[in-house]
Amino acid sequence: MEAGGARIPILKLGHLLLVTIQVDMHDRMAVTLQEDLTERIVETGARGVLIDISGLELVDSFIGRMLADIAAMARVLDATTVVVGMRPAVAITLVELGLALPGVQTALTVERGMQLLPGPRDAGPVREDGDPDD
Amino acid sequence: MRARQLVRQLALDAGLRLIDQTKLVTAVSELARNTVVHGGGGHMSAGLAGGGGRAGVWAEFEDEGPGIPDVEQAMRQGYTTGDGLGLGLGGAKRLVHEFSITAVPGQGTTVRVVSWR
Repeated sequence: MEAGGARIPILKLGHLLLVTIQVDMHDRMAVTLQEDLTERIVETGARGVLIDISGLELVDSFIGRMLADIAAMARVLDATTVVVGMRPAVAITLVELGLALPGVQTALTVERGMQLLPGPRDAGPVREDGDPDD
Repeated sequence: MRARQLVRQLALDAGLRLIDQTKLVTAVSELARNTVVHGGGGHMSAGLAGGGGRAGVWAEFEDEGPGIPDVEQAMRQGYTTGDGLGLGLGGAKRLVHEFSITAVPGQGTTVRVVSWR
């Protein structure tokens, strides 16, 4: 990793990928995340992507667009994206800003988000590996 | 990024409610991006606002970019010239209590926002 090239980690949980965004993202980090995530989807054959934004104090139009773009990219690669953990103040702000995140599925928690995602390729039940809540 | 942290701290100092803090900091983030994308960079100043027994936070963004030929059009939701979502100005206005803009074509743009406790 280069200096200043902070990356957002992508964890593999069974057939799902979990991305936890905890820091305020700048543009380069967002682009890097899109590249890393699409690569991981192809590499692992993941059917679902969970993006946990519970650590974000704000979602502006830039981050909102990035989330919508990631969902669209994942969809083209046959994976479903669910954004989880949005704070109430962030939800109110987003809607007043005029950004309702069309095309982005959301859930309140990681656990609920997992229930929305497809099972493995052979359509078995969702496996729960580890505790993604921390 | 630094603009957001500075305004977040001011909002805490002024005692803004969490929801107003979040709205103000989001508006600041949109406006700072405008300054960079459309204004070619500029600067922000911010501070505590007071008077009449109220407390609040103001922030002002200045750039020396091309200005905005039609401010009314630029404020409308969905209007965009850059590659954003077209929510910047109109969206930011909805998130704060006071919003004023001065745009002189060829000379630059100044946007000032205030949120009260």
